[in-house]
Amino acid sequence: MITFTLWDILRNLLLATRWTILLSLVSFIGGSVVGLGLLFLRISRRKAGRAFAKYYIELFQGTPLLMQLFIAFFGLGLFGIDVPAWLAAGLALILWSAAFLTEIWRGCVEAVAKGQWEASASLGMGRLQQMRYVILPQALRIAIPPTVGFSVQIIKGTALTSIIGFVELSKAGTVVTNATFQPFTVYGLVALIYFALCWPLSKSSQILERKLNVAHRNH
Amino acid sequence: MSYHFEFGWLLEYYPQIIKGILITLELIAIGGVLGISLGIVCAWVRALGPVWLKPVVAAYVELIRNTPFLIQLFFIFFGLPSLGLQLSELTAANLAMVVNLGAYSCEIIRAGIQATPKGQFEAGESLAMTRFETFRHVVLVPSLQRIWPALSSQVVIVMLGSAVVSQIAAEDLTFAANFIQSRTFRAFEAYIVSTSIYLALAILLRQVLGLVGWFIFPRRAVR
Repeated sequence: MITFTLWDILRNLLLATRWTILLSLVSFIGGSVVGLGLLFLRISRRKAGRAFAKYYIELFQGTPLLMQLFIAFFGLGLFGIDVPAWLAAGLALILWSAAFLTEIWRGCVEAVAKGQWEASASLGMGRLQQMRYVILPQALRIAIPPTVGFSVQIIKGTALTSIIGFVELSKAGTVVTNATFQPFTVYGLVALIYFALCWPLSKSSQILERKLNVAHRNH
Repeated sequence: MSYHFEFGWLLEYYPQIIKGILITLELIAIGGVLGISLGIVCAWVRALGPVWLKPVVAAYVELIRNTPFLIQLFFIFFGLPSLGLQLSELTAANLAMVVNLGAYSCEIIRAGIQATPKGQFEAGESLAMTRFETFRHVVLVPSLQRIWPALSSQVVIVMLGSAVVSQIAAEDLTFAANFIQSRTFRAFEAYIVSTSIYLALAILLRQVLGLVGWFIFPRRAVR
């Protein structure tokens, strides 16, 4: 029987962590792009656009991420599209994080004083110009801490992709457990690696919040 | 691109679906009540409790909030038996829910406590209340009222997160969907129906929590 040292276990887990990080980055960037589009819909003057964004958010925030992954993985396959696990995982995570980011950013846009809209309108700016030059720069400042905070949720969300067979940190944890019969050690280490990824982000989100708030107050 | 939906298959599996819904509801009922209670205790420790306990609770909160629920569940179900603590699927799932919600609600409730004006504590003191009595009678309820919306959405998030407990074979709604999928190979239908049920449950839960808040808190603006 092969014996596994702690280092063997840790090395395998760390190798799989690459995929967790990569998937998180893809989801965050993709989610931001889709989320920005949704944000414009969510605060647009067109009723249909607002309603679409609202129901989109309701749908993706009101259903489990796991179910969204299942539908992307099994559902698309039934239409004759061959869906590899990484594609389904990326797609579902992008659409899911877009919903949350839109809602976070909408709050930030709404936190910008209404007079700013009126002031920029009185300068003859169009809707897009108002957003581009007046509202977004101010909203961005408010948006940074909660956005960084949400990236932690994305990293934790990627753990679910192990269930549809994407080999990242969680899946590697299960595989290594099956090989070593040391669930306590392995899942403990997996938890610690996730913690090492997430905690700096949580902490910097808190610090940013304090910093940006202070700056805001001095305006 | 020619797929024919046939939801009729699901009909004969309705007992599994009902059972799954009930277990999901049970998980969120137990997890919600015990989790929020744990959260209140932890929030009290973090805001006003004994100094030596604070770092312990802080470590618990940070650890849980920065690791995935799935791993917490696996650790409890697969990891703890090596310490001699063997739990059934449902007990492990319940424990994971309580531990998870406890950490999140602790932070939310703490924010509510810290938003309490200092005068409230001084007022309690001037009535000769102990620190604990002041907390219990003067601070807690207005704090909870203040953060009730945030707490409600956290409970909904945890309910949706409970889908993961199917992975340790706790027979919740997701387990039922997987079961039907493996029997009928109608994956799309099974998952669409169970996803819709989750959506309905989430909307319902939000309404119920709103009503609960309306009943337990005195009906006046606190500020």
